[in-house]
Amino acid sequence: MEEQEIRSRLREFITRDLIRDELYELADDEGIITAGLMDSFALAEFAVYVEGEFDVYIPDADLTVAKMNTLDQMVDRVIQELQKK
Amino acid sequence: MLTLANRTQFSSLLDAVTLANDAGQSRPAIIYCETGREDIFISREQFQRAILEQAAAMQLLGLRPGDLVVIAHTQNLASIYLFWGAMLAGVIPSMFPTLTEKLDPEIYMANLAELARLSDVRAILTTDEFAGQLAGRVACTVYGSVGLAQAAANSRLTGAGFTPYRPDPAQIAFLQHSSGTTGLQKGVALSHWAVLNQLASYGEAIQLVEEDVVVSWLPLYHDMGLIAGFLLPLFQGLPLVLMSPFDWVSRPATLFRAIDRHRGSLCWLPNFAYNHCARRIRRRDTEGFSAASIRLFINCSEPVHDESHRLFLERFAGLGVRPEMLAVSYAMAENTFAVTQTPAGERAKLDIINRALLEENGQARPVDPDHPQAVIKVSCGPTINGTTVRVEDNQGNPLPERRVGELLLRSDCMLREYYRRPDLQPFHDGWYRTGDRGYLAGGEVYIIGRSKDLIINAGKNVYPQDIEAIVNGVAGIHTGRAVAFGVPDRREGTELIAVVAEVTDSALLDDPPARVAIEKVIRQEVARQSETTLSYVKLVGPKWLVKTSSGKIARAANREKWTAERG
Repeated sequence: MEEQEIRSRLREFITRDLIRDELYELADDEGIITAGLMDSFALAEFAVYVEGEFDVYIPDADLTVAKMNTLDQMVDRVIQELQKK
Repeated sequence: MLTLANRTQFSSLLDAVTLANDAGQSRPAIIYCETGREDIFISREQFQRAILEQAAAMQLLGLRPGDLVVIAHTQNLASIYLFWGAMLAGVIPSMFPTLTEKLDPEIYMANLAELARLSDVRAILTTDEFAGQLAGRVACTVYGSVGLAQAAANSRLTGAGFTPYRPDPAQIAFLQHSSGTTGLQKGVALSHWAVLNQLASYGEAIQLVEEDVVVSWLPLYHDMGLIAGFLLPLFQGLPLVLMSPFDWVSRPATLFRAIDRHRGSLCWLPNFAYNHCARRIRRRDTEGFSAASIRLFINCSEPVHDESHRLFLERFAGLGVRPEMLAVSYAMAENTFAVTQTPAGERAKLDIINRALLEENGQARPVDPDHPQAVIKVSCGPTINGTTVRVEDNQGNPLPERRVGELLLRSDCMLREYYRRPDLQPFHDGWYRTGDRGYLAGGEVYIIGRSKDLIINAGKNVYPQDIEAIVNGVAGIHTGRAVAFGVPDRREGTELIAVVAEVTDSALLDDPPARVAIEKVIRQEVARQSETTLSYVKLVGPKWLVKTSSGKIARAANREKWTAERG
């Protein structure tokens, strides 16, 4: 799967399900959690979403604000897992 | 163990220290679980030594019985030792929320400073890292762990033995600070006597046994976390399996790992946690785990939804979760903790009533489940021993069963006072007005809603006026024209928070980038200043907001309008 495709699906998921504002123009390197755009459920929701959407399992230890605060970080992590396959 | 039968043998919470000597010595006091790390086992002996050291250190540093200390710590174990240590020295402890990544440290410190000033706080106990920043910003002494540890070491060197304090049962044991900005914050002062009564009565209600193991991720600054998930097990000599709320919320399977590994039997959860666990724990994260050791999952601290219980059951039945484990409690800090509890070993009763009659006439009339107006209410159970509930109409007349009114309480485990707030009188003719609306049926309490505008988001009380004050400060928003309210959300099993705010320049509404920019600032400011996440932000022009005849913004009416527009 192309990076653009992954990015676009993740962006849609974040703005629709986590920020709940599809018009929101999310920047790639924007700190989503630290900026208060998503509530604290978001990391767990992200883990469930990428498992269902990309069949990618992100271990618990990586579900931290430091590692998953931006769209860039999330995309990189998903690509990394897909490449392992 | 403290029970109703032996209650008179106990005079203060400090009896826990001697109590634990003769029971459960071989079992750990605390098992601390953290993702990616080995579990930490704290034995009874280590626990007692740690709290005695803290108490000795506080005494040596000049903290005196009756002094108020605020514990603003990031680490659970350290907070626990400080809390018990303070009580051993007769000092009154109060837990303060943790500083997180989202919250602005400047605002956090300003809140602490204001609390210190208003409540005459004698000292703030915190991390070494934070102590340096905080000192000089607050009108009281600040101690980090190193300062306390040095004092403890000195007391050992000088041989200055620690003299345990012997409190009068009526004295304040600790404060539970309500959430909200400092202006609205109330320190609920609880006496040893009241807390002992609660522990004895609540223990009976949940049929507490010495084999019980409490598992908790709840924050210690909240009544459910402080009493059920902390004081109860440590006082009664039961192992407490503890994790951080931040760890749990991002990695919810942690809870089931802890239950499985340590044979957890009691677990308190706010309603949203049932949805969060059911929807966001990946199958493979609980593979091979068992939750069959659980006696009770107790749903508490926000409105209980049968749907959340059903989701949870469906998801975790394979792990051994059974319907009779799903219990409910109605609780509040002013009653120390529990007001009611559903009977142990029975699934909480469901009352299927007519929604139209409920909303129009305040009547809870039973109907068949397939009735078009059927709505399910989950029982909170009967009151615990020593607590009485009365339902009143707006004129103060008592209401019969199945009539909705405000709930009033009288009990032997009530707060003594709001600390240093003589302007706030909690009692009226001996009764405490809860602000909650509900009804009684078959002697059990059912909660319908609230008389006040309080929002309960993920088990946490959020005052709309706090959020509105922040939004009013955002550039481009018409001061005084912002409203915040709760929106019940079935998917999350809790209330989400919405804000509607009027812009000073309505041309902005037709300029999407400019509008989105303001919405973003609103979300950021609310997170930074209150650590609350807004789920919905709507900007409006003049005349959108509904006001009362006196010109005040009517929250309920604006919620209705917002909901209707949303469709």
